Amino acid sequence: MKPPLFRYEAPRTLRDAVAILASDADAMVLAGGQSLVPAMNFRVAAPSLLVDIQHVEGLKGIAIEGNEIVIRAMTRHRELELDSRVRRLNPLIAETMQHVAHVPIRNRGTVVGSLCHADPSAEMPLLFVLLDGTITAIGPDGTREIASADFFQSFLTTSRCQDEIVIEARLPVLPDGSGFAFDEVTRRHGDYALVGLGCVLSLNDGGHVHDIRLAACGISDRPVRLRAVEAALNGKLPDSSELAIAARASVDAVTQADDMNTSMSYRRRVLSGLIQRLVPIAAARARAGYRQ
Amino acid sequence: MKRSAIRPSIPERSDDPLVEVSLVVNGQPIKRTVSVRMLLSDFLRHELGLTGTHVGCEHGVCGCCTVHIDGKAGRSCLTLAVQANGCAIRTIEDVASEDGALHPVQQAFKECHALQCGFCTPGMVMNVLSRFEEREPLDLSEAGIRDLLSGNLCRCTGYINIIAAVRRAAELLGRG
Repeated sequence: MKPPLFRYEAPRTLRDAVAILASDADAMVLAGGQSLVPAMNFRVAAPSLLVDIQHVEGLKGIAIEGNEIVIRAMTRHRELELDSRVRRLNPLIAETMQHVAHVPIRNRGTVVGSLCHADPSAEMPLLFVLLDGTITAIGPDGTREIASADFFQSFLTTSRCQDEIVIEARLPVLPDGSGFAFDEVTRRHGDYALVGLGCVLSLNDGGHVHDIRLAACGISDRPVRLRAVEAALNGKLPDSSELAIAARASVDAVTQADDMNTSMSYRRRVLSGLIQRLVPIAAARARAGYRQ
Repeated sequence: MKRSAIRPSIPERSDDPLVEVSLVVNGQPIKRTVSVRMLLSDFLRHELGLTGTHVGCEHGVCGCCTVHIDGKAGRSCLTLAVQANGCAIRTIEDVASEDGALHPVQQAFKECHALQCGFCTPGMVMNVLSRFEEREPLDLSEAGIRDLLSGNLCRCTGYINIIAAVRRAAELLGRG
């Protein structure tokens, strides 16, 4: 339970960090270390070189730019969770983050690190897929912006190249009048989700659903938008009969095979249950004009 | 048949890259040269002899190794010593007064019999203490306290008395 041998560098500038990372094909970026260090303790990960970016200038803090919340690479989970501007502009973020591990882990772990780790059961990748967040990476060839839909490729695999550092990630502010909800089912609070679900929607004057977004984690090799369920609910009243019909459209999205935690059929039942439970909560919040 | 001699297979020289780490531990400036792969938990225990920080699972699940890193609770087994370079670390050794008077959180654990073997207690106390020291509102319902403690495992007493101790600590600290 001790990490294997590695070399360590703690650059002060982004330019140096990129150059050091590019110098070794087995180098990895270290931010908060809350996923990487346990993986190294288990010797699942054995990087030859760790590039610690905590002292790199310009990677700390949260900014609000227009309709976007900018989360820089060294922003810890707990900072984002407690930020009063973020709570006002996108209350779904704090609601979701209650489920990210435990406070001592959230004090150290970074949001961007969680995205780059890309555990398919993790909450923050789900949130980015749900809200179409964007991810900005810098490498030897310059800077590029990656859509969440393209970023998460498979189990612990993203479209970030080995020699790229994600410098920030952006989430949108929730539109006025939208309702939202997040919940998950776990064996123990703070564990990775068996199934997690996020929902954002708006209601028109007649109380019909429009612009609903649903995304789930724990059901596949990456977080998944539930487009078939969205299509089944848009234009409908969010009542129990419509929800029961729509929830059936979520079955095919669950592709995670039976594993040591639970079975595929149980995951399907949980996802269907979460859809039927969370959409009414989001709708009630939209009716109450939650974000005013 | 001659038996081969028993010999340790420990290499005489370590290939570990070394790094100088300067940090403040319990108010005292510390400088050490250690392996870059040394965990903060091992740094505290082996380099500084602060064995109050316990090591349970070494992968962030049990919470026994919780210390304060720049005033916030964190897992010392998920932090490399070199990551704590320049940080202020507080361990369980710094919680009671120098004259031995217990901190209200420790006093509450004692009064409520919130420990049996005591292995998990330093991590529990450091976690609970950091939440009381944070200015955020605390949910002191049973569910809220269970959530607060959910990152710390106890394998003997069970949680009933630990929950009572958190409630008692809140009273003693005027947060009830």
